[in-house]
Amino acid sequence: MFILFESLDRDNRGCLSPDDFEALGGLAMNPIGGRIMEAFFSSGQDTVDFSSFVRILAHFRPTDRNRNKEGAQQELPSSRTRKLKFAFQLYDMDRDGKISREELLQVLRAMLGLQVTEEQLQSIAERAIQEADLDKDDAISFDEFKKSLEKTDIDTKMSVSFLK
Amino acid sequence: MATLWRFTLFLCMLLMACGGLSLASKEAKTRSSQTETGTHNTTEEGGHGAGPITTLPIVTWKWDHISVQYLVALWVLVCWLCKLLIEANHNVTNYIPESALLICSGFILGGMIWGADKVQTFSLNPTVFFYFLLPQIILDSGYHMPNKLFFTNLGAILIHAVIGTCWNAASLGLSLWGCHMGGAMGDLDIGLLQYLLFGSLMAAVDPVAVLAVFDQVHVNEVLFIIVFGESLLNDGVTVVLFNVFDAFVSLGGGRINAAEIIKGIVSFFVVAFGGSLVGIAFGILISLLTRCTKNIQIIEPGFIFVMGYLSYLTAEMLSLSAILSTTFCGVLCQKYVRANMDESSVQTVKYAMKVFANGSETIIFVFLGISAIDKVIWVWNTGFILLTVFFVFVYRFIGVFFLQWILNRYRLVPVELMDMVIMSYGGLRGAVAYGLAVLLDEKKIKEKNLMICTTLIVVYFTVILQGITMKPLVMWLKVKRAAVAEVSLLEKITNKMFNHTLVAIEDISGQIGDNYFRSKWRHFEEKWMTPFLMKPSARKKQDDVFDVFHQLNLKDAMEYVTEGERRGSLEFVRNDSAILDFKKKLESEYTEAMPDIPPYMIHDDGAMFTMGRDHIPSVSLEMHEQTMKAMREPEAVDVHHLLDQHLYKSRKQYRHGFSRSDFKINRDEKEVQEIFQRTMRNRLESFKSAKMGVSPPKTLVKYSKKEQQEKVKTKRGNKHTLPPFTELIMSLVKSSEDEIRSFPKASFLVFFPFDFSVVLKILSGIENPAFMPDLYPTDLLQEIPPWLAEGEPDSSMVAPSLRAQANLPNSPMEMHRLGLLPASTRSTDTKQMNNDQLPPPPTPPPPPPPSGHM
Repeated sequence: MFILFESLDRDNRGCLSPDDFEALGGLAMNPIGGRIMEAFFSSGQDTVDFSSFVRILAHFRPTDRNRNKEGAQQELPSSRTRKLKFAFQLYDMDRDGKISREELLQVLRAMLGLQVTEEQLQSIAERAIQEADLDKDDAISFDEFKKSLEKTDIDTKMSVSFLK
Repeated sequence: MATLWRFTLFLCMLLMACGGLSLASKEAKTRSSQTETGTHNTTEEGGHGAGPITTLPIVTWKWDHISVQYLVALWVLVCWLCKLLIEANHNVTNYIPESALLICSGFILGGMIWGADKVQTFSLNPTVFFYFLLPQIILDSGYHMPNKLFFTNLGAILIHAVIGTCWNAASLGLSLWGCHMGGAMGDLDIGLLQYLLFGSLMAAVDPVAVLAVFDQVHVNEVLFIIVFGESLLNDGVTVVLFNVFDAFVSLGGGRINAAEIIKGIVSFFVVAFGGSLVGIAFGILISLLTRCTKNIQIIEPGFIFVMGYLSYLTAEMLSLSAILSTTFCGVLCQKYVRANMDESSVQTVKYAMKVFANGSETIIFVFLGISAIDKVIWVWNTGFILLTVFFVFVYRFIGVFFLQWILNRYRLVPVELMDMVIMSYGGLRGAVAYGLAVLLDEKKIKEKNLMICTTLIVVYFTVILQGITMKPLVMWLKVKRAAVAEVSLLEKITNKMFNHTLVAIEDISGQIGDNYFRSKWRHFEEKWMTPFLMKPSARKKQDDVFDVFHQLNLKDAMEYVTEGERRGSLEFVRNDSAILDFKKKLESEYTEAMPDIPPYMIHDDGAMFTMGRDHIPSVSLEMHEQTMKAMREPEAVDVHHLLDQHLYKSRKQYRHGFSRSDFKINRDEKEVQEIFQRTMRNRLESFKSAKMGVSPPKTLVKYSKKEQQEKVKTKRGNKHTLPPFTELIMSLVKSSEDEIRSFPKASFLVFFPFDFSVVLKILSGIENPAFMPDLYPTDLLQEIPPWLAEGEPDSSMVAPSLRAQANLPNSPMEMHRLGLLPASTRSTDTKQMNNDQLPPPPTPPPPPPPSGHM
């Protein structure tokens, strides 16, 4: 993992900066590349050191299904809740703990094609919030998010094999 | 219902007639042969009638001439009519798979014939089956194979196909022999080798049956591809095992020693790889051929079929695996054929293949049913038959579970237990096993009839019983299905988000398990195969945003027409007013359907309409469709539909419909472009905000020079004037040059057209569409389809819509094209019209200044 970190860290400062991420061509092709980058930089810092890099990547470890101890699972970064939290953070850019309509709109705008007009985006965001928002505060909190995704198999969708 | 009964009556009569005719033809033959022996001079006339003619016949009964052809055609018709009858009632097909029903109709037909003839005149002849009915099914499977999914799971598929089939064969043969030795089967004259031979022909999972049953069940794609891929690839093993044991049986038990066994193993590799190589060779040939068939587009589609069939026959001739050959031929050529051939030819191939494949499948199943009704072959041995069925079933389960348990250790996403159950349960035997059984030599294998019976019973058991219970089992076990049940919007969005995230993480970490090989393969392919196998024009269009845009617009145009017709053709005929009406209707309906959208949004929409009526063909039609639906169904459907249509696909996912009746267009190339543009735009904006004031002249020069070089390369001497304030923009872009170097050339050119829309909005705030053409190099406008250009009354100044600006050609391929004015075979109409509107050639750019940094 450290080799990887070093290969990314092009100016050898011992930490990663946004330029290093942007040098990866694939991220430009990714509609939410920018957001993922920002997820690495927590709380306004400009650089990512090795430990936080690893911590973020740890979110993507495949969940170990054999371990059934509920308590232990909560602690592991790769547990389902942690994965969901990571995903939630991808939406919630201002880290206020809720996904507001504007934030959702931003994500939608990033992920949907150019053919979609503003109104359509609005209506999609509207509908999404309607479906998920249980306490009718016009925003999606983490619990509501978790609830609406309970059917989805997060573990498979957010795991990368070599991180085992 | 009355018509249905009439159909059935007609069928019965047809068959009676058939039976009668065939009998009559036999009698006629014997009669004519008698007369021929008597009067050998009249052999000519003997064919026409029963004896020498005495007077000029006006009409003669020429049955003998065309008996074979007539029967063939009649049987095909009858089988397809059976299918028609079955599909008439959809409720039945929901519970019982079509294949089972076809077999049952085969029983009925067989019964009728036997009743008429007292002898079974028709049955599934192995020659007919292997050479006329099977190839097109395999070709269809290969051509429509979801390549990505297939190759991702290739390891699992191969393990199951090779080891699984060997295990099935060996275990079945040995256990039956064991039971025989133990006396469970009474008095049978079958030796160990013959048991092994029988085991090998029973072992193979049949692709036809698997497709037929899984088509209606819609399990998740990984499960499907593993079972289906296994059924295709195990032919390599089956052929080898069958031939090896057949030879062993002929040789006799005594002469089998180590050498023979080693030869057997070697032959497996030869057959399997040889077959694949033949297929690959033919695939390459097809791709090359379609590269040159521009002038004979009318028969272009035929080549695929002929060459596919030739690949099957060639492999068969060389005693290699014909199924493997055809499969790989299809798998290889699909991409290049689709790129090289004209749109209409591609559609023709698609539909014709489905017709042939589906038709063949129907005929196969009906004849499987008919073949059963034959007193001659029925030998009943309870022990043998029941034990075979039991062992086939059990050993399949054991084999699959064991192999998959091992494989799961190496998979990222382990295949679940329930999936494994379905995989085992889906090991259906079919016509291939029956065909092989009939091919057995009865002189060597005395109990051939028993084996045929058993095979038939196993086939019926798997296809009918397992087919019927498959769907309930899938639902009961809650196996993951393919068709997505209504997920909440948030789920959908988040799913997509996860996909993108994963791809990004893989990119960041640089180590990509299978993606590494995939990218290597992609490199190899791009460098070597594509230039060789694809037409130059097709190659350039690989990233063609415009092409997909064109297809989308075509689709929308067709929907527009059907909508208009549905509402009455007059509506449609009124040109201008129709569009205006449309707009008004849209606005009013829109407010109705979505009341929570504040009204100013709609006016914005209206503004967009006036500025670019081009929007109507594509965007507003979808919205219109949405609103129409909204009036009929809840709003939820619209939005879901909308989301489905427009979400970008991440690199990993491709939509591949494999069902026999369902095909979709692949849009992801366009999306990659869009994503790329947008990311660039965002970065540009962020850089711009950071570096607004800095614009040293030397950086301008650097960029222009670099760009000149690009342009000179691409445009071959066409030069451009860069209007003054583009150079301002260049300065802003300069800062990201470092990254640009790491990107493909496309990025340069992406920046170039893209900057205009961004900069204009910010720097000059000029929104006048008429002003924009000055900025754009005019040849860029050639790519704008006429209906966009026609938005302006003054055709000399082609004003691009917002959409066209966004979708400007932005890959090096497209830029290449701009200078060349290709005569594209695809959208010939639009390209021709564009050529007519050819703007004057652009003026030369300023000469590159000396201080370049390159």
